[in-house]
Amino acid sequence: MTAEPASTPPPAPPSPRALARRRRREALRDLAREYARHRSGVVGLVGLLAMVVLALAAPLLVDPADLTVTRAPGAAFEPPGARFPLGTDDYGRSILDLVIWGSRVSLTVGFLATVVSVSLGTLVGVTAGHFGAAGGTAGRILSSILLRLTDWFLVLPTLVLAVALAAVLPRGTGTIIIAIGLTVWPATARLVRAQTLAVEARPYVERARALGGGHAHVMLWHVLPNVMPVVLAQTTLLVATSIIAESTLAFLGVGDPTTISWGGILESARNAGAISSGIWWYMIPPGLAIALVALAFTLCGRALEAVIDPRLREQR
Amino acid sequence: MTSLLDVRDLHVTYRSGGVEVPAVRGVDLSLDPGDTVGLAGESGSGKSTIALALLRLLPDGARVTGRVAVAGEDVLTMRWGRLRAVRWAEAAIVFQGAMHSLNPVRRIGDQIAEPLLVHGTVPRGRVRDRVAGLLEQVGLPASRANDHPHLLSGGQRQRVMIAMALACEPRLIVADEATTALDVMIQAQILTLLRRLVAEHDIGMLMISHDLSVLADVCDRVAVMYAGRIVEEGPAGRVMGAPVHPYAVALGAAFPRIGDPASRLAPRGLPGDPPDPADPPSGCVFRPRCPVSEEVCATVDPPLWPVDPDTEGRSERSAACVHVGQSKEGVR
Amino acid sequence: MTGAPITVPSGAEEETPSSAPAAAASGRIGRVLRYVAGRLLTAGLSLVAVVVAGFFLFRILPGDPVRAMTEGREVTAEQRAELRRQFGLDQPLGQQFLDYALGLLRLDLGTSFQYREPVTELILERIGPTILLAGTGTLIAALLGLFLGVRAGWRPGGPADRINTTVALFFWSVPTFWLGLLLIVLFASGRDPLPGLFPTGGMTTPGVTGTVNVVLDTAWHMVLPVSTMVAVIYAQYLMIMRSSLMDERGADYLTTARAKGLRDALVRRRHAVPNALLPTVTLIFLNLGQVVSGVILVETVFSWPGLGQLFYSGLRVPDLGLVQGLFVVFAASVIVMNLIADLVYPLIDPRVRP
Repeated sequence: MTAEPASTPPPAPPSPRALARRRRREALRDLAREYARHRSGVVGLVGLLAMVVLALAAPLLVDPADLTVTRAPGAAFEPPGARFPLGTDDYGRSILDLVIWGSRVSLTVGFLATVVSVSLGTLVGVTAGHFGAAGGTAGRILSSILLRLTDWFLVLPTLVLAVALAAVLPRGTGTIIIAIGLTVWPATARLVRAQTLAVEARPYVERARALGGGHAHVMLWHVLPNVMPVVLAQTTLLVATSIIAESTLAFLGVGDPTTISWGGILESARNAGAISSGIWWYMIPPGLAIALVALAFTLCGRALEAVIDPRLREQR
Repeated sequence: MTSLLDVRDLHVTYRSGGVEVPAVRGVDLSLDPGDTVGLAGESGSGKSTIALALLRLLPDGARVTGRVAVAGEDVLTMRWGRLRAVRWAEAAIVFQGAMHSLNPVRRIGDQIAEPLLVHGTVPRGRVRDRVAGLLEQVGLPASRANDHPHLLSGGQRQRVMIAMALACEPRLIVADEATTALDVMIQAQILTLLRRLVAEHDIGMLMISHDLSVLADVCDRVAVMYAGRIVEEGPAGRVMGAPVHPYAVALGAAFPRIGDPASRLAPRGLPGDPPDPADPPSGCVFRPRCPVSEEVCATVDPPLWPVDPDTEGRSERSAACVHVGQSKEGVR
Repeated sequence: MTGAPITVPSGAEEETPSSAPAAAASGRIGRVLRYVAGRLLTAGLSLVAVVVAGFFLFRILPGDPVRAMTEGREVTAEQRAELRRQFGLDQPLGQQFLDYALGLLRLDLGTSFQYREPVTELILERIGPTILLAGTGTLIAALLGLFLGVRAGWRPGGPADRINTTVALFFWSVPTFWLGLLLIVLFASGRDPLPGLFPTGGMTTPGVTGTVNVVLDTAWHMVLPVSTMVAVIYAQYLMIMRSSLMDERGADYLTTARAKGLRDALVRRRHAVPNALLPTVTLIFLNLGQVVSGVILVETVFSWPGLGQLFYSGLRVPDLGLVQGLFVVFAASVIVMNLIADLVYPLIDPRVRP
């Protein structure tokens, strides 16, 4: 576990604040060392960083003009060759260029949708946990309503809900982010709530409450910092889920038709008849990209989980 | 006569995260058919580790050396097939905390019948009758066979464990804290039952408990363990009534009442904690808590030594303390 | 982690060699009734929430549903007004909700804009193939996932665990629809040098007659879609079983079983697995929503004539009436399945028997 900020350090020459900072730095270094012992986690991290660099560098590698339907550089359905390493699509665009460019939307949506869902999940989870443990009657009612709501969302078919949202809201990347963010938060909320309940039972939180710390104070200063490690691991896992969800929405045709994303490329491949005529180079690269990125995030998330959860650490 | 159980120089070391933690450090024990021997000590003294080591039930991370012979056969070097045949049929265990030792999702009748079927003790068709007989033997109605463990009280579950242990008519029973979780009245009932069954079936029993008074009540001989080693051994009445080793003195004085849960953690009136098994003190491991320790205790780790030996140097009891050794030389 | 109602009754510590059967039985019936009533109430509230959500999503959120549905088509203002009247959209919102909710009580899910048919009829026509596909896929995935999960969880960190976990994680990371497309390209497109072993889609070949032939033909059509579903959903069953079994591994009753002289395989099969299975079953039911997602994608990719493909065709228009009806049916079926699981669970687990 990380250092607990509330436990006061023994009287020593350096200021308590500097000491706390140093201790936190050391804890972080320990965490990094522990993480480095998970080989699959390191592999995932390297793959993830490579993908992010590629997405950022995309404008240097690809000329966006080549990606327009009217000014495509090649002929339709050219198989992989010297000029187009991964062949061309039905308009003659380079598949490699499309996949590189598509990483930008896929990663952006993956990250932002995760931010939405993790924020929502953490808010609901901390609130439900805190008021469940420390609230009065009204607090407990609020907590149980939030819990019921979470369970309800948890049971609903996520994809149906996300597709429905994406279908009825105006088309656009923002809609996709909201559609995913609003549907995948319940798992985070459950996790955060459980963790909050554990934190609330710790003596220093009770002390803070006894000293007159308000709900907001306790939640922000005591609960949130201790819940963050779990949230971090969950975030990493959710990015994988969100990227897959984005591609799925795009494939079902409720994505943003004006942008290029991996799921969108696959939808075009299907609509162009590439599947039944066996034009494998049109559909393998984007799918593989999704799978590899999702896998990289999943490996990172699992390694983080194992580092953070001592129970899992022993099972390594 | 071959003894029923013969343990020689048993060592058990757990490995956890690269650190070697010795739990049992050179224990000798022997038990003849019909004998009842007690093993006493605090939590963490290695008693339960010994119980598991007798049938090689320790987890993979534990290294066991020495010799454990059940009816003359070395359990530690036995092949797996033979070991499985010895388990329960030759030696059965009544585990501590019967709540968790019974499978919560299976009917108790099935759990009692299981060893009968595995070892082929009775023909398939007679298993039901045998289970009913076993239940009645421990004072439970045979109809209880259809219940799941959570429907039974703690004492009833412990009775089921005893019935299960008797199933294959083993010659040796190890009772590991068999009465610990029970309240005083039930504890007395279970002890009476155990004593009666052991006598009726001429079973050898190794009874493990933190409660010296329970052992003194049931056992012929008692060994007191501290930090993985036997520190005093002798006839139950004398170890209880006139202990020699300072730890046995403290342990005996610590139990004015049977079944006080607080006393399980540390004998009353004994300062400090048991030593960290990964980093034991030099010399005698009991030294840091010993009220009569001397300078030599920091350097000498005394072996078991006969107490008040006769002219040939033999004694029915022994203790591991420099004071016992010195008394032999007349220094005290 | 689980939302399961796992309440382990605390063992009564009093020594009662013979229980009082009559008093216990009457108290027990009361407890059972209370438990069932509680579950029914929760499920009922969830269903109401689904109904409200369906109305909110498809009548309120789009602003003007008719405009959304007819966007990009040449439709005159009069035609739009006529459509509004047909769908009852000219009524006040409160009246609309009442009509919609009362309709649901009569199992009337509204009218499809695209097919001009009652949604209920469309669903009834297509529900068979979906149940066939989803049922087969879930069954195989659950059996496979549980089987491999037991292998992986019994010795965590061992070779079986490593291989199984890695493969499962990979399949979990693969988008369902892409795996389906890949299988079509590999095994159905018939492009050289690969032979077209299986059909690219559909459920039957037109013109096939005779019961045996139809069954065989359907099975042949099912191979690829079912494989896709299994590959994507077995991973989570595997992981759930694995972690449940890992939780049981240190249990005392396993030491008892070993001490009895049971072989390792028997200790696992007779003692560890039955205990680990119970939380697993709950989680499998909680994850049924994933099966619905899977079946939508698989049916879309393989043109399987079921509800998923109907949903997809509704989305393309968009046919909001149809999508709304399917949304309610999908969500309600998951809730009902969970209710069944909650009611059946105590029958399998003696510990949670009320």
